[in-house]
Amino acid sequence: MATHEAAVTPHAEEHHTSTGLDNVKLAMWAFLGSECLFFGSLISTYLLYRNRTQGGPTPSEIYDIPFTSVSSFVLLMSSLTMVLALAAIQRGDHRGLRAWLLATAFLGMSFIGGQIYEFTTFYEEGLALSKSPFGSAFFLLTGFHGAHVTVGILMLLALYGMSAAGRIPQAESRKVEFIGLYWHFVDIVWIVIFTVIYLIPTE
Amino acid sequence: MASTEFDAPREAEELSHHPGPRQYVVIAIILAIVTAAEVAIYYVEALEDWLVPFLIVFSVLKFILVALYFMHLKFDSLIFRRLFIVGIVLAFVVFTIVLLTFFLAPETAGPGA
Repeated sequence: MATHEAAVTPHAEEHHTSTGLDNVKLAMWAFLGSECLFFGSLISTYLLYRNRTQGGPTPSEIYDIPFTSVSSFVLLMSSLTMVLALAAIQRGDHRGLRAWLLATAFLGMSFIGGQIYEFTTFYEEGLALSKSPFGSAFFLLTGFHGAHVTVGILMLLALYGMSAAGRIPQAESRKVEFIGLYWHFVDIVWIVIFTVIYLIPTE
Repeated sequence: MASTEFDAPREAEELSHHPGPRQYVVIAIILAIVTAAEVAIYYVEALEDWLVPFLIVFSVLKFILVALYFMHLKFDSLIFRRLFIVGIVLAFVVFTIVLLTFFLAPETAGPGA
């Protein structure tokens, strides 16, 4: 009977907690809260140094808003596919889970591809990591964000592999939820970066 | 510290309140429209004076929609929401103070700041 209940009730395995909530989920939210400070430091550094170009390209000269808008749209839609992956496993649809995970990873890779193209173009136009405080702050901020997206893609592919091996039963949908939280966080950080770094004009 | 068993029925109840795929798609459409509006007003010269306030409002709206619906903060335990809000508020306050410090005493940020 107990085995049957574990199979039909999500998250039915027993573990101890002082809050009645999932410890891992609590830890994930604490981690995401701390990440706000991490990206806050990088964004404020950029705001401080964005006008210090040392004779190199300025933000308004170098940014390609239409291109970055498409990249932003791609990352935004990857949040939709991620949450659809979670909805799929929560209703026991394993094929749907894998399809949406692959779609999310593909959209994430498209975003990273766009970022590599952007970095290459900027470098050819004279903006390098050590060219100016603006260059350092820009590459550090967007580079760290890109690294977070890359880690997210690796986790998505790992989830896909685990699902294909039958290691994510419906009752273990929390695994998908945790990776999803990370992925959505990376998306909302980009929402802020896109507005503050790309769209708000400099002096 | 006293420990209790993980509250599976409570989690299951929270899951039942989560939006369905159709609602997720509706949220995504709203996000896409807001992003398109953000980019569009960037090119409208008549709105130049209002550009920054508009962009901030749109950005905050997108941030809140993703956090509430895709990250389920609207439906999950209040503790998760508080943890995240503490991080956001702490970051905002700390780095506003940092930027104000450099704004009021630019020489502390190095030459040319």
